[in-house]
Amino acid sequence: MFTSLAAEGGGPTITASGWFLENVFIIPLIMAISFAVILFFGKRMPKGGSEIGIAAVGICFLLSLVTAGQWIGQVNYAENDCIIDDESHVICNGVQVDENHGDEESAVAFGENEYAAGTVLVAGVEADGESKGGAHPAVDATVSQRTWWSNGGIDFTVGTMVDGLTVTLLIIVTVVSGLVHVYSTDYVAGDRRYTHFFAFLSLFTAAMLFFVTSENILQMIVGWELVGVCSFALIGHWWEDQDNSDAALKAFLTNRVGDMGLLIGMIILFFASGETWSIIDINKFAIAGETSHTLLLIASLCLLAAVMSKSGQFFLHTWLPDAMAGPTPVSALIHAATMVVAGIYLIARMYGVFFEGLSIGGSSINALALIGGITTLVGASLAFVQDDIKKVLAYSTISQLGYMALALGVGAWTAAIFHLMTHAFFKACLFLGAGSVSHAVHSFDMKKDMGGMRKFMPTTYKTFVIGSIALAGVPPLAGFWSKDEILVGTGGWGFFEGEPHSNGAYTVMLVMGMITAAMTAAYMTRVIYLTFFGEFRGGHHDDHHDDHAHDATHDAVHAVAHGDHAHELVHAGAGAEVHHDTHDDGNHHDQHSPHESGPRILWPLRILAFLAVVAGFLNLPKGFLGLPKGMLQRFEHFVEPAGASYFPPISHADPSWSLAIFATAVVVLAIALAYWYYFVKVNSQSPAATEMINGPTERSSLLKAGHTMLKNNYYLDHIYDSGEPVGAAGATAMATIFGSAAGLALGFSLDNGLDQPFWPSLIWGVVLGSTVFIIVNLALQTGTGIASFVKGRLAWVANWIHENIIDGTVDTIGETSVTTANAVYRYIDQGVIDGTVNAAGAGSSGAGSELRRWSTGQVQQYATVMFAGATLLAGLLIIVI
Amino acid sequence: MYLVQFLLLSAVLFCIGVYGVLARKNAVLVLMSIELILNAVNINLIAFGAFNRSLDAAVPAEVFALFIIAVAAAEVGVGLAMVLTIYRNRKSIDLTEVDMLRG
Repeated sequence: MFTSLAAEGGGPTITASGWFLENVFIIPLIMAISFAVILFFGKRMPKGGSEIGIAAVGICFLLSLVTAGQWIGQVNYAENDCIIDDESHVICNGVQVDENHGDEESAVAFGENEYAAGTVLVAGVEADGESKGGAHPAVDATVSQRTWWSNGGIDFTVGTMVDGLTVTLLIIVTVVSGLVHVYSTDYVAGDRRYTHFFAFLSLFTAAMLFFVTSENILQMIVGWELVGVCSFALIGHWWEDQDNSDAALKAFLTNRVGDMGLLIGMIILFFASGETWSIIDINKFAIAGETSHTLLLIASLCLLAAVMSKSGQFFLHTWLPDAMAGPTPVSALIHAATMVVAGIYLIARMYGVFFEGLSIGGSSINALALIGGITTLVGASLAFVQDDIKKVLAYSTISQLGYMALALGVGAWTAAIFHLMTHAFFKACLFLGAGSVSHAVHSFDMKKDMGGMRKFMPTTYKTFVIGSIALAGVPPLAGFWSKDEILVGTGGWGFFEGEPHSNGAYTVMLVMGMITAAMTAAYMTRVIYLTFFGEFRGGHHDDHHDDHAHDATHDAVHAVAHGDHAHELVHAGAGAEVHHDTHDDGNHHDQHSPHESGPRILWPLRILAFLAVVAGFLNLPKGFLGLPKGMLQRFEHFVEPAGASYFPPISHADPSWSLAIFATAVVVLAIALAYWYYFVKVNSQSPAATEMINGPTERSSLLKAGHTMLKNNYYLDHIYDSGEPVGAAGATAMATIFGSAAGLALGFSLDNGLDQPFWPSLIWGVVLGSTVFIIVNLALQTGTGIASFVKGRLAWVANWIHENIIDGTVDTIGETSVTTANAVYRYIDQGVIDGTVNAAGAGSSGAGSELRRWSTGQVQQYATVMFAGATLLAGLLIIVI
Repeated sequence: MYLVQFLLLSAVLFCIGVYGVLARKNAVLVLMSIELILNAVNINLIAFGAFNRSLDAAVPAEVFALFIIAVAAAEVGVGLAMVLTIYRNRKSIDLTEVDMLRG
């Protein structure tokens, strides 16, 4: 709507112009071109193609900023309620600001007046905004589309759709991708597929940008799959090692499972919504409520399956930790900051469908919130037991993605997207920091090869700590603000204040979020202790001399790659040679201490750490410290499409000081406990120790069982991989999870649907959940344990029945069958069937020996016969007709 | 000019072609004879097309002649390739000697 206004006005002003909003396709296009250029010409470039990638991302970043600026301009413009009436007067807030009458000049003057209106009327709007309860102006997304082709009356369009969400993702992707590009020039320097690596980084960025600017669901599917393919290619970057290749396949195939859901869901939506592909139309259709709720529920559950696989939600998350086999910059870019948020983006983009389909606006627990809640707990608990620094971060990512899904599930849309942004910055910072450490010690194993790194790598240490406390949610860093918004979004204290039906069901999400916040703080403290404190435990490796990709888990690759060094040097040019020179130094540093990484690694870390500190201030809560309104809730103001036609009517929770203070207290307490355990207790025993000797897991069998269960990833991989017996612990784990989940869900839906009091139905739910628990347990144990379970008389009786009744029947049936079968064999099979077959064979054989005389192999004889036949037929034709 | 003149020419050409295909032993000459047969058909088509021109026909009859020429070119290409291969293997293109499919 607005862009047409701008076109009509034709004003030269920046705020009214939407050129970049309409032509945002340029941004993914640049990256796609960059991919092609790097692929075809990269090897001939002096820097192996990386300079093209960095330049392209840089341009894209600038264009994204301009796009964001134009979007902000549009929101500001709409805020003033500016419209153009029939006589070309510009009217803002009901006041006519355009004094010119409908002559030729008014069109030119329009822009300036509008601009003036934007500044003059700010005060009025603020007052107005307060009275409306902070309601946003409704700004519809800028859509530009072309018809690609038409078939059967359906237009297949391609185009772009830009709104606050798109703009946010554009900036996140380009920022993180740009920094990862710079970082990679050092990290993978000298790699045998250096150029290939940068080409795929470009393609990945292009795919993600294409995905977030999609105008219709077909394009989304294309972008979604492209992102998956790039992930596959980059995880398997060092494919010579079977493990890496397996991890890539696992990621790809797990994603394919969800993709089925995506396809089915999209097809359902396409047909349900009257055969339209447009995201906006589908959301409008869902919000209009003219369709059956079940249909939307099924569609949104199908899409949810896709989200579960792509965004690593429980129980399809198992590919994400394995995906750490890829180079660390890839982990930072794809498996922390951008690709895995594609699922979250999908929910946010199709929020109308999810909102209506899962009844998010209601007060009962829905699948999305439940899965998010379970994921966040599962991820955080698994992060505790990892020795590999990247795996801790991988599980942490799963946990945080669960947080976002949870937020979307409880209706806190803005909080989820805000958390998506802050998480992208601090998690990329953490991943790149982990990469920097492993660059120095040639390993990812915190227990064996790290410890005391803060002395050797002060900058990495500082940025890593900043990232960690941002992740843990310590104020005033970024993670605190976004996490707090999510907690507020779950309904806050509402339930405890005696309002069981005002979002009361989501209180369980609040509890889950709190527990996760505590666990997050604790496991990050553990990582920091193991990596940066204590005594350096590395330096005893002597098999990593030519480890030019700095990754101990890829020894096999490097053994292969080693034979190729000369070849590589020729192709990678001077840059690689310099690098190898420095590494010849490095090869001897096993004797002395590891050293800090170079500037191309440290600067991205510094920038991301800076963003991890300040990103939270973008969305200060309402009424915070009495700051002016122009400084609060900026993110929500510009990103949330509230009031737009394609966005469901979500409600906003009011921020709560007590909740924020309580959450902070929980986090600080968790940090303090972990600090006491590691920094004081473990450290006092021996600074080189990694865990307590005779630690809690040794002393308590319950804790030990729990530890084993976590070490085995809740036995999920056992179930997926080989169908091996799961074992009692695994059975218990699965039954507990599914049992309690079912119980919770049931409890809350009873609570909602039957309008019963809350607690009795929760108890019913838990009873039912426990029943499920017992049934599942029994079912799982039957296979392995029944023989030892059933003994004595029962066994004797069973045996007698077995021998006499069952066996007797079986024997009779068997003997009768044998007699019948013999008769059938003798008369029917031998006589009738074989006779027929033999006759057929003999007939064919005889006919063949006759006919073979005709087959002389003389081509011209055949031709003669053919012509004779044709002549005969022609003659017949003439005579008959 | 009468239609029958063309048809006679075509028939003569066709018979020469058939004779060549059936009687010559040289594979290349057989291929050439096939060309004669095809061209006899072409003459037929064009003659009929010219004498029975119909204004409401979607395509003129000559189009089919063009098709045949194109197909014939392809066919000769394939045929000559086969003849070449046979020659390489047997040092001869006598068709009576090529009887590996004899039953």
